[in-house]
Amino acid sequence: MKKFILGVALLVTLAISFTGCRGEEIRVFNWGNYMDESIFAEFRAQTGIRVRYSNFGSNEEMHTRVTGGGGAFDLIFPSDYMIERMIREELLLPINFDNIPNIRYIDERFFYLPFDPENRYSVPYKWGTLGILYNAVMVREIAGDIVVDSWDILWDERFAGNIFMYDSMRDSFTPPLKRLGYSLNTTDIDELTAARDMLIQQRPLVRAFLGDLVKDSMIGNEAALALVFSGCARFSMGHNSDLNYVVPREGSNIWFDSMVIPRGARNQAGAEAFINFLSSPEIALRNTLYTGFTTTNWATLEMLPDEIRNDPAFWPSDEVIGISEAFIHLGEFTAVWDRAWVEVLATR
Amino acid sequence: MKRIFVYPYILWMSVFIVAPLLIVLWFSVTATAPDGTVFTFYHFTRFFAPAFEGQPFFQRIYIAVMTRSIRLAVVSTIVCFVLGYPLAYALAKFYSHRSFLLFLFMVPLWMNFLLRTYAWLTILEQNGVLNAVLSFLGLPTVDLLFTDTAVVIGMVYNFLPFMVLPIYTVLRDMDNSIIEAAQDLGANRVQVFLRVVFPMSMSGVISGLTMVFMPAVTTFVISNLLGGGQFILIGNLIERQFIHVGDWHFGSAMAIILIVIILFMMGLIKLIDRQPKEPDGATVERGTLY
Repeated sequence: MKKFILGVALLVTLAISFTGCRGEEIRVFNWGNYMDESIFAEFRAQTGIRVRYSNFGSNEEMHTRVTGGGGAFDLIFPSDYMIERMIREELLLPINFDNIPNIRYIDERFFYLPFDPENRYSVPYKWGTLGILYNAVMVREIAGDIVVDSWDILWDERFAGNIFMYDSMRDSFTPPLKRLGYSLNTTDIDELTAARDMLIQQRPLVRAFLGDLVKDSMIGNEAALALVFSGCARFSMGHNSDLNYVVPREGSNIWFDSMVIPRGARNQAGAEAFINFLSSPEIALRNTLYTGFTTTNWATLEMLPDEIRNDPAFWPSDEVIGISEAFIHLGEFTAVWDRAWVEVLATR
Repeated sequence: MKRIFVYPYILWMSVFIVAPLLIVLWFSVTATAPDGTVFTFYHFTRFFAPAFEGQPFFQRIYIAVMTRSIRLAVVSTIVCFVLGYPLAYALAKFYSHRSFLLFLFMVPLWMNFLLRTYAWLTILEQNGVLNAVLSFLGLPTVDLLFTDTAVVIGMVYNFLPFMVLPIYTVLRDMDNSIIEAAQDLGANRVQVFLRVVFPMSMSGVISGLTMVFMPAVTTFVISNLLGGGQFILIGNLIERQFIHVGDWHFGSAMAIILIVIILFMMGLIKLIDRQPKEPDGATVERGTLY
């Protein structure tokens, strides 16, 4: 017994001493495929700080990990409504902007947005829209000279089995709510059930509710229409020239992903150094070209070739921005939305 | 002195099995109220309730999902048994190439479960491998991906080894002289199989059924990938509550309900294994995996 206890004690001591001598590091928690990971080596060469990188698949998953004790992080990349929720739940630390001189390269239109009205907790990283990615050749084969500019096409019975929806509650509810002329942030049970019924009515036409997989499936001509984020659309369009992206005229969702530092971060200065690094025009350019997602960096935008800047999947027009609505946190009403969403998924 | 070696396992089991179960149980019967934690069975009634707090929602949607999960798991288990028993039999009887055949059977298991399931996406999709082969042969193409069938295929493919291996082990270790005795006493091959070999392999069959049914009824990855997110199963519901909604209490209640149902199904399976053995009708229970 004594030997056993001694052995355990020895192992614990070893484990502790190994964690103690690794040098400075930051723990970064980001969406999958949302950063060119080769820049970590450069960051380490410049600052000596090692990046420990892990990924999440949705804002809600990230929130569960951060609050459920699944791991502590120094820098996270949530979206607008989740930042609002985390500020309200006092999960974030105010950012010291003195440590981020490159903030001057970030376009001012992304500051003081409603989810962070005092602009204290977040630094904009990427932004974009939600829209329809369509295969122009397949659409023409199925429905002739139809113009893809409305959510109505996702309820067009000619496209039965040719529609991919997105496996995400708030994004999949965007088309029916906008079609009905309601807010994307509705907390009115009648509006929500009307949208739910519209999604249930659409079920026979939907081939699948996909996540990231939709990018590859659209490249492989698996369906004619898909509900996707603008950046995903750009990625797929880069691999299949038949693909096009449109934000329907009824309006859509405009979203922002920003960098935040959670309470409990062990290396705030390191995280701020990394924000500064990511906000430099050259690094932002590399991330933009790698991910296909739209940059918030005006200096980077000027470095991009015209074909990218003029692509509506990359840079939405002011008109599109005007009719788009950002998500806000639904609070307690989230459970009602979830029930409605489960009913959509469980009804056949 | 030998008891020392038991302590690590007791410690392991209490930390990683008993404690988590108790935590799940605790979450399922509590709720966070403004004035602290309160005991409630609300999460259970919510699962079985026809409507959501009097709002215009559909009937008993969670029960419908549970029923579908059990149906798919039962179908997968039966298919695994029908495919797995002959395979196990063949493996046990091929004396000459047994280890090589077993090796071939095990090689795919060296690959990650997710990768193997992803591979089925490529095989089953509209412009996939299966349809390429079918159209090359001049046959009509099939549209299997994102259907119930695809989910069952994924489950059978992933869980078949759990059916084959326990049955194979029992058949391999079966005393050949018993079979010879049955033949000496005039039983033909069918009789030998039905009255001697199969009854004696029941313990393996029970293990196999249990080991396939349990992961099949709780899976959420296979239904997500091959069902295209539209064949939501009870595993998906529980995952949603923990990952996306953040309602751990409701998720735990669903997990507890699922555990009860699994225990019930395992009890049913075990009933098959109870047969009168002694002349006085006393039942003898054979050992299973558990």
